[in-house]
Amino acid sequence: MSKDSESNKISRRNFLGKAGTGIVGSTILISSIGAADKTGPDLAEAPPIDPKETDILNLWVNGKKQKLKINPSSTLAEVLRNKLNLTGTKIVCNQGACGGCTVVMDNKAVYACHMLALDAAGKKVVTIEGLLEGEELNHLQEAFIEKDGLQCGFCTPGQIMSAYALLLSKPNPNREDIMEAMSGNICRCGAYPNILDSVLLAVQNKN
Amino acid sequence: MKEKFNIVGKPVIRQDAFNKVTGQAKFADDYNYPNQLYAAMIRIPVSHAKIKSIDYTEAIESGLVAATCDSSDIPGAKKVGPIRKDQPVFCDEKVVTSGDVLAMLIGENEYELKQASKKVKVDFEELPILTDIEKAMDEDAQIIHPEFENNLIVHYPLRKGNIDKGFEESDHILEQTYTTPHIEHAYIEPEAVVAVPLEGNRGIKIIGSIQNPHTARKVVAAVLGLPLTKVRIIQAELGGSFGGKDDTMNILSARAAVAALKTKRPVKIHYSREESILESYKRHPYRLKYKVGFSKAGKLKAMKIDLLADGGGYSCMSPFVTWRSVVQATGPYEVENVWTDVRAVYTNNPYTGAFRGFGSPQPIFAQESLMDEIAEIAGISPIEIRKINGFQKGSVTASRQVLRDHEINLLKVVERAAEESNFLSEWNKNKKDQSNAPSFVDELNPIVKPEHFIHPSNNVKRGIGLATSFRGCSLGAEGVDAAAAYISVQTDGSIYLLSGLAENGQGLKTTFSIIAAEVLGISEDRIHYLEQDTGIIADSGPTVASRSTLMGGGAIKDAATIIKNRLNEVALKHFNITDYDVLVYRNNTISNTENNLKIEFSELCQLAFNSAVSLSAVGWYKGPNVGWDEETGQGDAYFTYVYGCQVADVSVDMSTGEVYINKIVAVHDPGTVINIMGALGQVYGGVTQGAGYGLWEAIESEKGMIKELNYDLYIIPTSKDIDKIEPIFIEGEDDHGAWGAKSLGEPTLELTSAALANAIKNATGKRLFNLPLNLEEVLLSKKLRPKDFVRESSK
Ligand code: FES
Ligand code: FES
Repeated sequence: MSKDSESNKISRRNFLGKAGTGIVGSTILISSIGAADKTGPDLAEAPPIDPKETDILNLWVNGKKQKLKINPSSTLAEVLRNKLNLTGTKIVCNQGACGGCTVVMDNKAVYACHMLALDAAGKKVVTIEGLLEGEELNHLQEAFIEKDGLQCGFCTPGQIMSAYALLLSKPNPNREDIMEAMSGNICRCGAYPNILDSVLLAVQNKN
Repeated sequence: MKEKFNIVGKPVIRQDAFNKVTGQAKFADDYNYPNQLYAAMIRIPVSHAKIKSIDYTEAIESGLVAATCDSSDIPGAKKVGPIRKDQPVFCDEKVVTSGDVLAMLIGENEYELKQASKKVKVDFEELPILTDIEKAMDEDAQIIHPEFENNLIVHYPLRKGNIDKGFEESDHILEQTYTTPHIEHAYIEPEAVVAVPLEGNRGIKIIGSIQNPHTARKVVAAVLGLPLTKVRIIQAELGGSFGGKDDTMNILSARAAVAALKTKRPVKIHYSREESILESYKRHPYRLKYKVGFSKAGKLKAMKIDLLADGGGYSCMSPFVTWRSVVQATGPYEVENVWTDVRAVYTNNPYTGAFRGFGSPQPIFAQESLMDEIAEIAGISPIEIRKINGFQKGSVTASRQVLRDHEINLLKVVERAAEESNFLSEWNKNKKDQSNAPSFVDELNPIVKPEHFIHPSNNVKRGIGLATSFRGCSLGAEGVDAAAAYISVQTDGSIYLLSGLAENGQGLKTTFSIIAAEVLGISEDRIHYLEQDTGIIADSGPTVASRSTLMGGGAIKDAATIIKNRLNEVALKHFNITDYDVLVYRNNTISNTENNLKIEFSELCQLAFNSAVSLSAVGWYKGPNVGWDEETGQGDAYFTYVYGCQVADVSVDMSTGEVYINKIVAVHDPGTVINIMGALGQVYGGVTQGAGYGLWEAIESEKGMIKELNYDLYIIPTSKDIDKIEPIFIEGEDDHGAWGAKSLGEPTLELTSAALANAIKNATGKRLFNLPLNLEEVLLSKKLRPKDFVRESSK
């Protein structure tokens, strides 16, 4: 092999590795766009601004004390999402009809879309983000993964938080208890049988 | 015989499970950008009007608005649509349906924007409202879109045999009419999109809850007048779609893009539930007329079918949706003489488009109800009637397609479902019990009288019913059918994978990863699935028609096989052997047991790289040819089909008309099951949505205005509404796609309502013709309207 073709080969390899043919090239291109583009997804964390932030709210969220300036008409769901960037809490119907925004407040499940944030003053709020301890999953989260208790995952934070509240008040629920407690959490993907199995498994694993 | 697989068909944890159970998964509304603006829509509260002028003065004077946006800001196409370009991005001449948007206000604060939007003055002239599909084609009907001659969106005829002769030869003729309502997708995540202008003439980047990024890109590029490459669409994690986040999202993306380019700042649109239900398209309501002739023994002789679909204000996907109806209107039965007409028309009702099922749930409800009626007249069981008429190998469909090349498992799924549910003995028992069923209240006078009181022991009646179908896989003769996949193997044996078909939340990423892992004999956790981005992967058509596992899976298998072939060469050289048939890819190693040779997958990848072998590839899968004659409706409509049968077991409360679902047995032949957890999820989801369609759901509009704008009025099934769903898979042989994996998502939904109708008949003796089969339908055989309740005193 001549020296020429050797260097050719290396440059071709470089080409394949970096620019590549067709679609590979695009992959590289994307990462370079990502670097140049200051508004790439990872940097995008600016919550909306609200000029009417006149009130101070003190509360505990996921074990941390928070002091927030808020608009007094904000709901708890809006404050969690927009002020604390806890976007795991979803707003689905915004009228207390679906359970998608469920969080746990002083050990009880509440619809965060359906209460003023100011009503959470001094309370202890747990959101889906609060269930993760470091890299450790909560046993409910583990069970939802193992039993495939989700599809699109949009209702999932609410489902898990409802189940979390249920287990706090009733550590050994049976099938009917679970169905009853979670009937306020709708899932359009229809993952109900697996959601039920997930909670049952979590109960079993805990014992 | 089926191949022996390493991981295909085994339980595999979803790719996205971790992020979704921890709240870390990023959905469209979870993306925010510095300097981001919001948009508020301007609408008028009517469903048909001529727009005279829009006056923003007061809104602008309020100081809350950064910019306004309307059709005058659109540099490119002002109207869009998948076939007919009849839908304006911003309406400037007419409003034809209640969700129509005339303009947008753009500003910093969305609360204030809502206030400002009340200050926009729209001068409009109301036009007569057309809501009755039967009247849409009348001579004197309002023409909804004056640029067309009439309100007909599309007409598909199908002609086979001699219909008159068929009826002449029949011993019995039965005629029935059925109706189905508008249905809302009700995906739990409402629509959201952010458009980010890119500096330096680089176009625009859009992140959104977009079902089909490549379709959205086409629409946005056309509206902006930009080349496709200047529009980059990234799909955020999608919170459910079911066919619903296609056209609506494409238009929302275009609106956000127009505003972003105008203001040179990122612009976010996110809808409330009310706006979502108000503006998004629905499942088509159908009016279905069936006339069927059959012999004493129950053999079908002739079918005359007239289907009319409500397209609403825009044509959208109506031409595709109704085409599936014309192919499948006769059901999975051989009928010698068929005369079918399917039409879709414009009205001022909410517009309609793609929705899981796609033109099949409506005819199946009608035609499977009808089959049970025919069985009753012929004096045979629901199973027998389907055995006499059902497709088998070599059967000829209504479009004269001969069924072969795949296993025709129709009778197999029916038999299995019957066996599993103990169908015949239950059906006979319930039927006998019917004779002492109490009578319902007087249908004409729904006031309960003492004689209507029902003894508790007689209050609940059990019923069992079945429905079966065949379903054409993928797009069929209605569209271009091909898909791409990209694979790139790294030197450590980890792999980037991406399909051109976008995940919709149903678990496609996992399915695709399983296929690649199977081909290469590796564990699926080595696969890193890339973000869905139009900048990376080729247009592969939409994630619709339950085509993704079949078409997308075929492409993934092709891509992985290209890599495997290249690795084979490297391995042969390394082992110093010549026959690659002896190489086994399994457990992350490549081995040749005869000669006791083996190498780690990652080592082999490093070796390949060192020998300058490319480990990136694009796979491609193209469906076999199909064809259709528009005049006669004859041809090979789809290249392969799937078969399913569902049995519903219900309890009916005879005093309230409430139906409780004890169990649904769902037997489906989706070909090879790749992702068993995903497949089970599809059955649970499809049956649950099918049950909602059967018993509860309906969007009712008055003068085109929707009443059910949130989940308080639009009732979808909860965890308490169905006791048990039992999925069973029969894996038929097929040569197409990845090891013969076919469709499942839609077949699971399309059968449930018909099975429920037949079960309610078995329980109560009453045949019902209008979905949903809610309390009033079951009790009174009609839908109650407010005007039905007139007080005696006010008469
Ligand atoms: S979003 Fe709060 S209950 Fe639906
Ligand atoms: S997983 Fe999609 S709505 Fe529940």
